Amino acid sequence: MASVQIADVRKAYGTTQVIHGVDIDISDGEFVILVGPSGCGKSTLLRMIAGLENISGGEIRIGPRVVNDVPPKERDIAMVFQNYALYPHMTVADNMAFSMKLRKAPKAEIDERVGKAAGILGLDKLLDRYPRQLSGGQRQRVAMGRAIVRDPQVFLFDEPLSNLDAKLRVQMRTEIKELHQRLKTTTVYVTHDQIEAMTMADKIVVMHDGIVEQMGAPLDLYDNPNNLFVAAFIGSPSMNLLKGTITPEGFVTEGGVTWPIGKHPADSNGKAAVYGIRPEHFRLDPNGLKAEVVVIEPTGSETQVVVRCGGQELTCVFRERIDAKPGENIGITPDTNVTHLFDAATGKRID
Amino acid sequence: MANSAIEMPAGLTRSRSERSAWQKLCSSRNWLGFWYMLPAAGILILFLAYPLFLGVWLSFTDTKIGRAGEFIGLENYEWLGGDSVFWMSVFNTLLYTVVASVAKFAIGLYLALLLNKHLPFKALIRALVLIPFIVPTVLSAIAFWWIYDSQFSIISWSLRQLGWIDHNINFLGDPWNARWSTIFANVWRGVPFIAITLLAGLQTVSPSLYEAATLDGATNWQRFRHITYPLLTPIIAVVMTFSVLFTFTDFQLIWALTRGGPVNATHLMATLSYQRAIIAGQLGEGAAISTAMIPFLLAAIGIAWYGLQTRKWQQGGSND
Repeated sequence: MASVQIADVRKAYGTTQVIHGVDIDISDGEFVILVGPSGCGKSTLLRMIAGLENISGGEIRIGPRVVNDVPPKERDIAMVFQNYALYPHMTVADNMAFSMKLRKAPKAEIDERVGKAAGILGLDKLLDRYPRQLSGGQRQRVAMGRAIVRDPQVFLFDEPLSNLDAKLRVQMRTEIKELHQRLKTTTVYVTHDQIEAMTMADKIVVMHDGIVEQMGAPLDLYDNPNNLFVAAFIGSPSMNLLKGTITPEGFVTEGGVTWPIGKHPADSNGKAAVYGIRPEHFRLDPNGLKAEVVVIEPTGSETQVVVRCGGQELTCVFRERIDAKPGENIGITPDTNVTHLFDAATGKRID
Repeated sequence: MANSAIEMPAGLTRSRSERSAWQKLCSSRNWLGFWYMLPAAGILILFLAYPLFLGVWLSFTDTKIGRAGEFIGLENYEWLGGDSVFWMSVFNTLLYTVVASVAKFAIGLYLALLLNKHLPFKALIRALVLIPFIVPTVLSAIAFWWIYDSQFSIISWSLRQLGWIDHNINFLGDPWNARWSTIFANVWRGVPFIAITLLAGLQTVSPSLYEAATLDGATNWQRFRHITYPLLTPIIAVVMTFSVLFTFTDFQLIWALTRGGPVNATHLMATLSYQRAIIAGQLGEGAAISTAMIPFLLAAIGIAWYGLQTRKWQQGGSND
């Protein structure tokens, strides 16, 4: 196990720079998730840690060692690929043993380690099968088994769950998290799915257009997004964002509705801003703002309501069951302790 | 309406029992399938099976051109058994096939691996590699004929200019020179087919497998040995079967270059068969030589078939 330090790392293909100086510190045993929309550079960064891509600038350390010029096989890392990359002509056991066979480990040691990994992942009965004969979830597990057998310093996962169906994805999510809690190996995990990031990570790194937008514990990111991008990206259903102006009376949207706001810097009055509020931070309040119901989606445990207020659609999630019909009006009030304000020009958080 | 609806079942029952055999036949999908199959079967029988069996039959007769023969049993084969020219052609054919196939495979695989890399002008180079394959065999044979000419050979000329030799090489006049020369020409012609087919196979191998192997600590050679080669074997089996069959039955190149000479030294079974059957008119004997090729070809197909059948990892349903 080891820490990973990424210091001012850059990547350019020809003259096109795709990663613009990224700094991330990953401590020993931490589960870090790089998340962002496709094309944000998260996979490229992971592949640079693995050594599959050259590093154009900056420095990557695994443990105490700078690995910029260390070939992949000497970095002591294991990677799980999006398409699993299982060797189709080898059995499950051979797939897992391949790296050890290459370094000519004794047979007894190979059998022991493969057996142990298979035990951890519940693959004991599948060792003689070929990848073709496995289901998606089983293949995923074999890919992880191949990584576990290596007993590496760092696990790298490149969107490992995106080829699985929704139900299996939830199940594998739990399995991977459990596995990490058990093995405590430093893990870097790439995904575009913010739910995966929220549920699994010790630390989330939100990337966008080759830079780190924000880095921190999942709930920190959720509660205190640094900027509009993170605010919109983290959370599902995503945060409601309204454009308007900050006034002493509250936040006045372009539609002319005045929303109450909590504490905000005195000098921000009159400023063009974006008002953000998460769907679950609305309360039903007969004295609140009038909003017209557009769609009601009850899930049983909660009710998701899309309302129109001041010409803009908002998503609200209530604990209560609501029997209002579309077209009727309900009163809603935001919880002003947890509303967010962002500068309209820079997208930065206004505190 | 009501009446007819009631009456219909009665009418149906009657007719069903009456014309049951013919009706059943008409509605049978197998019978219909048979008719769809018939044209293809007819063509195969007329143009493949009939000539094959005629050839085998002829080999048991003493037919000559212009004279119907009689059944003479294995006499043709007995006679061939004592014919040193026939045995020489068998030896030549085996040598030609084995050496040319191995060389074509080695060079073809090397070229395929090379072309699979990121090269500048990749498409152009790939197209260039195909040229020997596009040129008609006889045309390339004539080119080689000039290259190997005893007086005007460009190879002899170049080597002489370099001062490495002092007289022309007798490429097609000396038995062993002629054998190697024809093999070289065959290899030159056959490499593109193998290279391009293997290249197509290489491109089906997912790059992430190589990345996974790299991370697993495989060297270049180990990646080839443990990933590329095993994944390529199905295509290698197919392409080498074709290559062996085409090389074994090669006729055009030899006929255009040497006509089997010098003194029968480069006769393959195919050219010898043609020489005996058509040129000399001994149809029975020529047919016997052709028929003698069948066991070799069956063996080659058998080996390839076995090679194709024994890969468990390709079988079994995928569960996606």
